[in-house]
Amino acid sequence: MKFIAFHLMPYADLDLSYTERYDSAWVTLPNSYYDPVKGHALYNRYIDELEYADRLGFDGIGINEHHQNAYGLMPTPGVIAGALARRTKGTIAVLGRALPLVNNPLVIAEEFSMIDNITGGRLIAGFVRGIGAEYHSWNMNPAFSHERFGEAHDLIVRAWTETGPFHWRSKHYDFRYVNTWPRPYQQPHPPIWIPSQGSRETIVWAAAAERKYTYLQTYSPVAAVKRFLDLYREEAQKAGYTATPEQLGWMTPVYVGETDASARAEAKSHIEAFANKFLRMKAEMVRPPGYLSLASAKAVLEAKAGRAAEHTVDSLMESGQFICGSAATVRDRLAGYEDMLGLGNFLALLQFGTLPHDATMRNIERFARDVIPQLRARAPQAAALNTR
Amino acid sequence: MNAASAEATRTTHTIEGVEVSVLRGGSGPPLLFLHGSDAFAEWQPFMAELARRYDVIVPDHPGFGRSATPPWLDTIGDLAHFYRAFIEAFDLHDVIVAGHGIGGWVAVELALRDTRELRALVLVDAAGLPLSVDGVDTFMCSPEEIRAASYLDIRRAPAPDDVLRAHQAKNALMTARLAWQPRFYDPQLAKWLHRLRLPTLVVWGDGDAIFPPRQAAAFAAAIGGARTLVIPDAGHHPHVEAPQAFAAGVGAFIDGVRS
Repeated sequence: MKFIAFHLMPYADLDLSYTERYDSAWVTLPNSYYDPVKGHALYNRYIDELEYADRLGFDGIGINEHHQNAYGLMPTPGVIAGALARRTKGTIAVLGRALPLVNNPLVIAEEFSMIDNITGGRLIAGFVRGIGAEYHSWNMNPAFSHERFGEAHDLIVRAWTETGPFHWRSKHYDFRYVNTWPRPYQQPHPPIWIPSQGSRETIVWAAAAERKYTYLQTYSPVAAVKRFLDLYREEAQKAGYTATPEQLGWMTPVYVGETDASARAEAKSHIEAFANKFLRMKAEMVRPPGYLSLASAKAVLEAKAGRAAEHTVDSLMESGQFICGSAATVRDRLAGYEDMLGLGNFLALLQFGTLPHDATMRNIERFARDVIPQLRARAPQAAALNTR
Repeated sequence: MNAASAEATRTTHTIEGVEVSVLRGGSGPPLLFLHGSDAFAEWQPFMAELARRYDVIVPDHPGFGRSATPPWLDTIGDLAHFYRAFIEAFDLHDVIVAGHGIGGWVAVELALRDTRELRALVLVDAAGLPLSVDGVDTFMCSPEEIRAASYLDIRRAPAPDDVLRAHQAKNALMTARLAWQPRFYDPQLAKWLHRLRLPTLVVWGDGDAIFPPRQAAAFAAAIGGARTLVIPDAGHHPHVEAPQAFAAGVGAFIDGVRS
C-alpha cells in the first residue's frame, strides 16, 4: 500500500461560534471571519507540515481545491503545488482540480503540465467535479456538471497527448487553437486519479477499460467505501479486466497518539470541529439540483436517511470515518481495511479541523515511523482481495 | 388517462419526440398556461376560474412533472421553440399565452420568436429579466423552505401530496438546468423586449419574496403598452393564492384586447 499525506489547509483559526449566526462554513460565511495575518501563518505552517511528511518517507503528499469556505484554503492548488515542488522529493498529488467549474479547461492542462515539468514527473493529476457547494460559490450550473466533466477531461487528455494546434469542438467548449505549452513531462501524460464521494456515474466512468483511472473514495463511512470500491471492481470485471489495488484508494482523517486513550482525548475537539463545524452544510448546498443524476440523488437520500446530524469522536471512529489510537491500533485498523477494501493507496488526513501545528507534526511523525514501515512490510491478505 | 377532475382531462401527446402530459378544461378562446418551476399535479382553482371563459390548456413542460425529458432540452429558448410546435400540433389559433415564473420567461421568448398565432401575453411573477433586488435563492432552499417563501399564506398552497413530492427532484433539476446561470434571466432579453408587438398584462403578487414586485415595473417598462396588475395579499403564486382576482384581472384585460 502507498501512503500519501493529505492536507485540506483549513482556516484552523475559525471562530467556531459562527454557527450561532450562520448555518455553514461554506458559500455564505462572511469572509470577515478570515484574518489574513493568521492566514499567512497557516499557509506557511501547512506547507511545513507537508514538507515534513515528504521528508519522513511518505510516498507523496496530497492537496486539493475548494472555494469560498473555511474548510479548505486552496482555491488554486497549483499555487501550493508550486510552493512544494522544489523542496520535496516524492509524489505531489493534486486531488484534484474541479473540471466543470472552469470555462477553459486548458488552464488545468497548463497548470498540471507546469507542475509535472518543474517536478520532473512527480505529479498525480486529480480530476473532480467539485463539491456541490462549489456550484453555488462559482455559480456554475450543476445540471451540466457531468457533461462538462466528461468534455473537459477529453479535451485535457487530448491536449496532453496530441500535437497541436488542433480545433476542439464539443457542446460546452470550442477552442480554435489547442496547443498546450508546456507539454507534460510524464508520457503520455501524468497518472490520472479520480476522487469522488461515491457518484455511481463517476465510478463507472473511471473503471472503464479505456481509462482504468485510480478511484479515490473521499471521507466516508467504511461500509460506504466498501460498497463504492466493490462497484469499481464489478465494473472492471464487466469491462473484461480485474482491478488492481493500485487502482483504488481512500482518504480519511487519522490521529496516532501514545495510547488509545490519549489519542482520543487529544483529537476529540478537533475532529468534532472538522465534522460538525468545517463540514457544516445543508443538503441543498452539498447537492444542488442536477449535481447528481436523479437515480444517484435518490440513492444518496436513502443512504443518508437517519444519519445523526452531529458527529462525535466515537461515532466517527465507529463508522471508520476517523482512525484514531495508538500506533498499534492504527496499524491494526489499517491492515484490516487494506484487506477488507483491497486498497492500494491510503491518503491520511493528518491535520483536520482545528488540530494545532505541534499535534499535527507529532501525528505525521508517528504515522511515518510507527505505521507506514510496518504496513509496507506486510503482505495483504490475498484471499480477502478476491472475495468479490 | 386519469381524469384530473370533472371539469378537466389529462392526456398525453407526443410532440417533437417528447411525451408531454397536458391538462385541459373549459371552453372559449384558447389560453395556454405555462407553469413555473413546478408542474401542477392536478387541476387548480385558478384554472377552473379561467375555464369559465377559456379553453385552458396546461402542459407539464418537457423535463417537468409527468412529461418526459428530451435530450435536446438545455435552455429556455428550447422550450420556446417547443411551444411553437405545441401550438401547431394542437392547431391553436389566436392563443392567449400566460406564463408563471420560468413559464413567463418561456412565453416572452416564444412571443419574440413568433406571434402569428398569439393574441395576448400574460406574465405572472415572471423570470427572464435580471433582478434589481435579490429575492430568496430557491436553489439554496429545501422544498419546505421554498413553499414557505412562495406563499404569503402557506394554507393556500396546493397540498404537498405524493405526486408533487415524486416530481420535486425532477422539477428542481430541470429548473437548475434552465435557469441556474445567469440566475433566472437572459442578459440578451432586455435588449429586444421592446420589439414585442403583443398586448401584454404583467401580473405580480405584491408579497413575492422570490422575484420581488419591482420586477413587474421592469417588465412593464420594457414592453411597450404593457398593463400591470398587482394582486394584493399574494406571494410568488398570485394565481394560486387569489384565483378569483387573478381570473377576473385576466378576463378584463383580454376583453380590452381586440382579437
